[in-house]
Amino acid sequence: MATETVESTAGQQDRSVSQYLANHLRDYGMVLALIAIMAFFQFTTDGTLLRPVNITNLFLQNSYIIIMALGMLLVIVAGHIDLSVGSVVGFVGALAAVMMVQWGWSIYLTIPACLFVGILIGAAQGYWIAYWRIPSFIVTLAGMLVFRGASLWLLEGQSVGPFPREFQALSTGFIPDLLPFIKDMFGFERMNGFAVVTGFVIAGLIIWMGLQARARNRAYGMVTEPMIFFVVRNLLVAGAIVFVSYKLATFRGLPNVLITMGILTIVYAFLTESTTLGRRIYALGGNEKAAKLSGIRTERLTFLAFVNMGMLAALAGLIFAARLNTATPKAGVSFELDVIAAVFIGGASMSGGVGKIVGAVVGAFIMGVMNNGMSIMGIGIDYQQVIKGLVLLAAVIFDVYNKNKQS
Amino acid sequence: MKPLLEMRSITKTFPGVKALDAVSLTVMEGEIHALVGENGAGKSTLMKVLSGVYPAGSYEGEIHYDGKLAEFSGISQSEAVGIIIIHQELALVPLLSIAENLFIGNECAKYGIVNWHETFQRTEALLKKVGLSEAPGTLVDRIGVGKQQLVEIAKALSKDVRLLILDEPTSALSEKDSQKLLDLLLELKTQGVTSIIISHKLNEVRSIADRVTVIRDGATISTLHAKGEEITEDRIIRDMVGRDMAQRFPERKSRPGPVLMEVRNWNVWHPEHTERQVIRDACLTVRAGEVVGIAGLMGSGRTELSMSIFGKSYGRRISGEVLIDGAPVDVSTVDRAISSGLAYVTEDRKHLGLVLDETIQRNITLANLPKVSSYGVISEAEEVKVAEGYRKAINIRTPGVFQKVVNLSGGNQQKVVLSKWLFADPKVLILDEPTRGIDVGAKYEIYGIINKLVDDGKGVLMISSELPELLGMCDRIYVMNEGALVGELTAAEASQERIMSFIVRS
Repeated sequence: MATETVESTAGQQDRSVSQYLANHLRDYGMVLALIAIMAFFQFTTDGTLLRPVNITNLFLQNSYIIIMALGMLLVIVAGHIDLSVGSVVGFVGALAAVMMVQWGWSIYLTIPACLFVGILIGAAQGYWIAYWRIPSFIVTLAGMLVFRGASLWLLEGQSVGPFPREFQALSTGFIPDLLPFIKDMFGFERMNGFAVVTGFVIAGLIIWMGLQARARNRAYGMVTEPMIFFVVRNLLVAGAIVFVSYKLATFRGLPNVLITMGILTIVYAFLTESTTLGRRIYALGGNEKAAKLSGIRTERLTFLAFVNMGMLAALAGLIFAARLNTATPKAGVSFELDVIAAVFIGGASMSGGVGKIVGAVVGAFIMGVMNNGMSIMGIGIDYQQVIKGLVLLAAVIFDVYNKNKQS
Repeated sequence: MKPLLEMRSITKTFPGVKALDAVSLTVMEGEIHALVGENGAGKSTLMKVLSGVYPAGSYEGEIHYDGKLAEFSGISQSEAVGIIIIHQELALVPLLSIAENLFIGNECAKYGIVNWHETFQRTEALLKKVGLSEAPGTLVDRIGVGKQQLVEIAKALSKDVRLLILDEPTSALSEKDSQKLLDLLLELKTQGVTSIIISHKLNEVRSIADRVTVIRDGATISTLHAKGEEITEDRIIRDMVGRDMAQRFPERKSRPGPVLMEVRNWNVWHPEHTERQVIRDACLTVRAGEVVGIAGLMGSGRTELSMSIFGKSYGRRISGEVLIDGAPVDVSTVDRAISSGLAYVTEDRKHLGLVLDETIQRNITLANLPKVSSYGVISEAEEVKVAEGYRKAINIRTPGVFQKVVNLSGGNQQKVVLSKWLFADPKVLILDEPTRGIDVGAKYEIYGIINKLVDDGKGVLMISSELPELLGMCDRIYVMNEGALVGELTAAEASQERIMSFIVRS
């Protein structure tokens, strides 16, 4: 019986490479777009884009957007939206500033307290959305106003700072070279051996896990990508990781936020792809009534998606405040738009049920690289906005076009 | 009589699929012509070719209408010559009035300003023609599906229809409303309107059609005349499925065991109109190894009864008791109802049963994810094994379980929904119209699945609007009317007449 399964479906998989590409155009297209955009800016900025210091900057600048995009993806997949995250970033930053600077709290008290406040904010908004069925657009639009006002009130219109060094390290700190002998071994003058080794280890792990998954899929007769795609994709990813880690190593090593972001991305990717919780969120977004009649507690799930969003927005708020080393009433203004744009560029569907964590992260990088590259080129903020808007529109049009073509 | 419409060897190809292969259809002026065939046979595609949804040039073959070669490039062109399609899913705007709906896109207006006086007058005249007495200003969502269907026909009449095409017009209607609709078609026929009716209900086809064309696998199989002896249900079914159906319902030995589920004094009130009681003092039992039917008209409360039992998914102020294996169980939420051993297979699989954009595999495991996961982590390998098992066991016709269910035919979708609930491993399955809108072959297979279930000692509570289906499948039948169970018949006692007499006398 089992062998029969393999054979019957294996026949179906003998599709041509081009057909596979056509079916997965969206997934590959996004990554190719990112590579093309990077190549473009690498060229137009005379190589500035991929300098070690700029790569480091790219991560520092985009970490909070990416972290929020992880939560926003869940919210959007569940069929909702959260407009309040920018204001929550500002509010939590202000709260942290007040706690540390005015009340003299230690960061070990401040950080958990702020994350908890984020959870409460998410719960307060999620409650109305999930249990009272008030549209999330309305509730979080209200939240956007409330928390913007609240941060103004907390800071009394002033900037508050600076913060203790250890708090700044949340954002601008680097992992020290834990393997100092490596640079001596290879005779480098300035290189963070730990960063390079980490890069190689992760690249190796990705290839190894990819092979494992591929073998498993084969054994159960699932659709696998053609070998050529598998090889090229993994070589690209592994190469990029080694390249980036090497570049980072020649500057100051691995930024703390990169680690935070990386771990969170892996956790959320696992959560969405492999757990019952993740599966149920997709079902909820795909067809809420059917999900409910399948025994899924849809209200609670919606509620949790917003609680999670509140917590990640609070974390982003802390990281952003630490990066600026001051809390200002304007912090986080219009972040929600960048975050939402990243998720949609990453292939999520407005109607819910569709979207991937990796897509959201790539989407955020596309936005981030464009911001960064255009700034280096000295393009005015006016043109930057126009171009970013058009890219968002193009990505979604591409999606819709693809979907129509398939059906 | 001369032909109004001649479609000559129409061939329509989609990438990879030949949907229609030299199909011919001739419809005479002033007749009612039935078009029957299994789901996916090509009926809808043929009608889309006719109405210009697939424009001239995208298909091979010729359409002659009213003696002239017709090459429509869009619906507006086919409507202009009086060809009007009424689709299965009604295309009315629920929150607009009947009058507004009738003249949508075709308003009685001058310079863009609507003449309401004329609109209402014309609406009244049209409604009268189709036998409706509603005020033209009534919102469409205030009238039932049956009347909405009539509004659709009135809309067609407003466009000077010559050839009216109805796609499954009675699938959502009660017996009474269906009859009204069929009578109206006969009435229109006397006024010179030609109709094509697509239907799965062979008794209806037999009662009104002058001729029947059977389509199978994208080809015309036969055209039968009502005048001769030719049209019998068996003959039509044979042409539809391409084989003799020895019997419509598979054989089963009835061996009822002990009572599995008992419902006592079940009362439910309407969720919005809180003073209206929807279910009154319902008491019923389902034994192990027994198929119990609930007969009743549309709107008699059958779906409301089952959904309120299944996790209070319908209604308010629900009172009463549910016992499984003799012990009271908590069915206050869907997940509690499932863990008590209940499953409810909805009548509305697209909206309530399936996540259409997900794969077959993910739909099948949805109601029992813990069974394919440990510590909240899903084993996809296990999941595929389960899904493949059901695909083979109940013959879901698809190359693999990674297909999105939206691409499946109605019968296969229904099998996916059934698989989902089989995988949830219930003791009692409530099946709400399990064969609605699916073709004869798939129906037979689903009956087989039901028989297998009760042979395995499960209990089945089956709601159906098709009395022959209940009579053919059930060991016992409850009759429901206006929210109350008004009668109970054993298989031996039951007949269509007795069931109807319970309904009309209660």
